[in-house]
Amino acid sequence: MNINDVILKTVSKAVVLIILTFGIYLFFSGHNEPGGGFIGGLVIASAFVLMFLSYDSETVSGALPIDFKKLSALGVLLAMISGIAPMFFGGAFLSQSFGYFDLPIFGKTELATVTVFEGGIALTVVGVVVNIILSISEDE
Amino acid sequence: MYLLIIAILIPFIATALIPLIHNRIGSLHIGWLVLLVPTALFIIFALQIPAISVGEVLNQTANWIPSLGINFTVYLDGLSLILALLITGMGSLVVLYSIYYLSPSDSFPHFYAYLLLFMGAMLGVVLSDNLLVLYVFWELTSISSFLLIAFWYHRKNSRYGAQKSLLITVFGGLGMLAGFMMLHSMTGTFSIREIIAVIGQYTDHALFYPAMFLVLLGAFTKSAQFPFHIWLPDAMEAPTPVSAYLHSATMVKAGLYLVARFTPIFAGNASWFWTITIVGLITLFWGAFCAVRQTDLKALLAYSTISQLGLIMSLLGLGSAAMYFGDGEQGALYGLAIFAALFHLVNHSTFKGALFMAVGIIDHQVGTRDIRRLGGLMAFLPITFTFAVIGSFSMAGLPFFNGFLSKEMFFTATVNAAGLPAFGVSAWGVLIPVIAWIASVFTFVYCMILVFRTFFGSSQLKKLDKQPVEPSIGMLISPAILCILIIGLFFAPNLLGDYLLRPALNGVIPGISGAAPQISAWHGFNTELFMTLGIVIVGTLLFLTFRSWFKIYRLQPADWTFTVLYNSFLKDLKRVANWITTHYMTGHLPAYFAYIFIFFIATAGGALLITGALSVDLMADSPISIYEGMLVAVMAVAAVSILFAKSRLTAILLNGVLGFSIAIFFVLFRAPDLALTQLVIETVTTTLFLLCFNFLPEWKKEDSPKRTKIRNALIAIGGGVTVTLIGLTVNSGELFESISGYFEDSYELAGGENIVNAILGDFRAFDTMLESLVLFIAGLGVYTLIRLKVGKGSGKDEHQ
Repeated sequence: MNINDVILKTVSKAVVLIILTFGIYLFFSGHNEPGGGFIGGLVIASAFVLMFLSYDSETVSGALPIDFKKLSALGVLLAMISGIAPMFFGGAFLSQSFGYFDLPIFGKTELATVTVFEGGIALTVVGVVVNIILSISEDE
Repeated sequence: MYLLIIAILIPFIATALIPLIHNRIGSLHIGWLVLLVPTALFIIFALQIPAISVGEVLNQTANWIPSLGINFTVYLDGLSLILALLITGMGSLVVLYSIYYLSPSDSFPHFYAYLLLFMGAMLGVVLSDNLLVLYVFWELTSISSFLLIAFWYHRKNSRYGAQKSLLITVFGGLGMLAGFMMLHSMTGTFSIREIIAVIGQYTDHALFYPAMFLVLLGAFTKSAQFPFHIWLPDAMEAPTPVSAYLHSATMVKAGLYLVARFTPIFAGNASWFWTITIVGLITLFWGAFCAVRQTDLKALLAYSTISQLGLIMSLLGLGSAAMYFGDGEQGALYGLAIFAALFHLVNHSTFKGALFMAVGIIDHQVGTRDIRRLGGLMAFLPITFTFAVIGSFSMAGLPFFNGFLSKEMFFTATVNAAGLPAFGVSAWGVLIPVIAWIASVFTFVYCMILVFRTFFGSSQLKKLDKQPVEPSIGMLISPAILCILIIGLFFAPNLLGDYLLRPALNGVIPGISGAAPQISAWHGFNTELFMTLGIVIVGTLLFLTFRSWFKIYRLQPADWTFTVLYNSFLKDLKRVANWITTHYMTGHLPAYFAYIFIFFIATAGGALLITGALSVDLMADSPISIYEGMLVAVMAVAAVSILFAKSRLTAILLNGVLGFSIAIFFVLFRAPDLALTQLVIETVTTTLFLLCFNFLPEWKKEDSPKRTKIRNALIAIGGGVTVTLIGLTVNSGELFESISGYFEDSYELAGGENIVNAILGDFRAFDTMLESLVLFIAGLGVYTLIRLKVGKGSGKDEHQ
C-alpha cells in the first residue's frame, strides 16, 4: 500500500464526517442563512465522492448500501409529491406554506413545507452526482 | 369531497405500490389484489347512478396551475358515467380473466402495473373537464397501450405493433392538442363547460374549423377510423385480456367519447355532420369487408372492432343533426342516432369482450387461433362455444341479443337521415342506409365464419398442438357474466336506457327532450325489420357460397394498402434522418462546440440587435476596486495559458483557477450562497475531469490548418463579446420588471430570510422542480451511456 493512500484514508475518515455535518447544516440553515437543498446536497455528495476516491468502490458500497440511482429518483418523487400535496388543501401545484410552532427543546420554531421540497432537491443532487462519478470511475 | 379526483388517482397509486408488494405476498397471485381496485372503483361509480340519472352532475376542482387556467377539474355527467362504468366494470372482468390467462413465465408486476396505469389514465380522459388535463391523460392511454402491446417484447411483431399504434395515436393526439390550443385562443379558457357556454359567439372565427378538424384527427386516430385503422390489427399482438380491454372495450372508445363530448361545441354544421358520417360509414364498410378475409381469429375480431367503431362514429355524425334543429320534433328524430350510438357503445363492449375472451380461451386451450387449423371444437369446448354463439349473434344483430336492439336503432337512424332536410342531403342520402345495409351483410358473414368455421365441421385434432379441454372455471366467469348481460339487456333494455343512456344523451346534446325512446324489440313490420331479414338471407347465401366469390379480395393489389404506405414512409423517414445526422454528427468535438456557439451568437446576439435592446451605460456603475482588477488579470492570464498548456493536468488546473476566481468574485460582491456553490461545484468537476483522464488517449497537439484556427478564434471572440454585451445590457437596461419585490417580501410571503432560497423553493419552485428533473434525466443518461452497452441485453429478443 502506498504511503500516500494511508494518509489519504486516515484524513478522509475524519474529514468525511466534518463535510457531512457541514452539508446537513447547510441544508437546514438554507431557509434563513446561506445554504439550501442544492448546495447542501452537493456538499454531501462531495463527501461521498471523497470516500469513493480514497477507498475502492467495493469497500464503500459494502459499508454504504445505497443505490444512488434510486436515491435520485426518490428525490425527484419527493419534490413532486411535496408539490402535489397542497392541491388537496385547495392550494395550487407547488404552493408552499409555513407556520410557527412551539416545540419542546427547540422552543418557538418555524416549520415550512419548503423543507420537504428542498429535501427532494438535495437527494436528487446527491444521487445524480455520485451516480455519474461512480459510473465513470467503474467503467472498464 | 375530492372523491372523484381520488378515484382517478387510486389506480396510479396502486401502480406505484405493485413493485413494492409483489415480492411480499408469497404464492398469492398479485392479480387478486389488483382486482380490488377496479371492483372498488366500479362500486364507487355505480353509487353515483341514482344522482346522475335524475340529471345531476358532479363537479370537483383541485387547483393545479391556476395562473395558466389549468385546473384538475373533474366533471361527472351521464356520458362520463357510462364510460367510467365500462372502464371499471370491464377492468374487473379482464383482471379476473387475466389471472387464469397469463402463464407463470410472464412478468405479472409489469402487466398489472401497465394495466392499472391505463385504467387511471382512461378514467382521467373521461372525467376531465380541463382540456390540457384531458390531453395528458389521453397520451398516457397511448403510452400504456404501447407498453401492453409490447408486453411480449421479445417478439418482433409485438414491438412493431406497439410502435405503430404509438406513432399513429400520438400523431393524432398532437393534432388534437393543437386543436385545443386553438379553442383556448378563441375562447380564453381550457374548461369544456365554459367553452360550451361561449362557443356560440365564435362559430365564424377563422380558427373554428381548423380546431374542429384537429380535434377530429385525434378522435379518428384513437378510434381506429379509416385510414388510421391500420394500427388496430397489429395491436392484436398484445395478450388477449389487453385486446379485450383496451382495443375493443375502452381505449378505442376514447375517440367516440371525444366526438360525443365535443358535439355541443362543434356540431350543428355540415362539416361536422359529413366528416364524421362519411368517415364512420367508410370505416364500417371497410372493416367488415376486410374482416371476412381474415384467417386469424383475433385479426378477424380486430377488423370487426374497426367496423363497429365506424358504426358508432357514423351514428354520432348522423345524430349531430339534432344540434342543428334544436329542441323539437325534428331534434328528437335525429337525436335518436346519438341514443343509438351510446346504446351500441355499451353493447359492443359486452359482446366484443365476450368474443375476445372466447377466442382467448381457444388460443389458450388449443394453441392456435388460425381458422384453417380449427374446426369441430363444439364437442370439446361446449361452454366456450356458447359464449362465441351469443357474442357473434349479438354482433350480427340477431334477436334475443342486445345487438339486435341497437342495430335496429342504427337502421332507423340511417333511414331517417336519408330524408334529412339540411346539410345538402338530397337524393344521395339514400346511400347512407344502403352502405349501412351492405356493411351489415358482411358483418353477418364474418360472424358466421367465426362460429361455424371454428366450432362446426370436422375436427383436425392431428394438426393441433394439444388436446382441447375447457379451461378452469375462473377463466369462464368473466365471459359468462358478459353473456348474461348480452341476453339481459335484450329483455330489459330500458333499465339501461332510463338510468344511464338518457342522462348521457343530455350530456351530448343538452336540451333535447324526447330523443330517448323506450327501447322495444318489436316495432311491427317496418323497413328496419325487413333490412335485418334481408341481411340474414343474403348473408347466409354469401356465407354458403363463400368460395365462389372469395376471389374479389385478390382484386386489391398486395402493395396497395395503407400499411405498405406507413412502412415505406417510416423507412424513408429513417433514411433521410440518418443522412442528415451523419452529415453533421461527425464525432469531432470542436465541430460540436462550433455549432453551439454559432447558434448562440446568432440567436442571442441577433435578438439583442434586432430588438434594439442593446444599451451599454457604464455611467451608473460603481467604481472598479483594485482587488477586482487583480482578479480579472489573474483570470485572463489563466484563460490564455490554457491555450498553451502542454499537458491535460495543467489545463485542468488552470481551468480550476478560473472557477475559483469566480468564487472569489462572488465573495467580493457579497453573495455567499453563490460563492459556496461555485466552490463545491468546482471541486466536484475537477474530480470528474481527473477521473475521465483514465479513459482518454495520449495528449497530442492538434495540427489544424490556419483557416480553421482563425475561424475558431472568431467564433470564440464572438461568443465572448455576445456574453459581455448581454451582461452589460441587463445591468443598464430596464427591459423587464425588477424582481427586487421578492427581496423585500420574502420573509412575509415565504417565511424565509434567505431570499435566494425563497425564490428557488417557493416563488419559482416550478423552475427548480424541472431543473432537478433535468438533472435526474442527465444522470440516468450518463449511466445508460456508460453502463448499458449494446449487446449486453438478453439474447432471446428477435431482431428486426
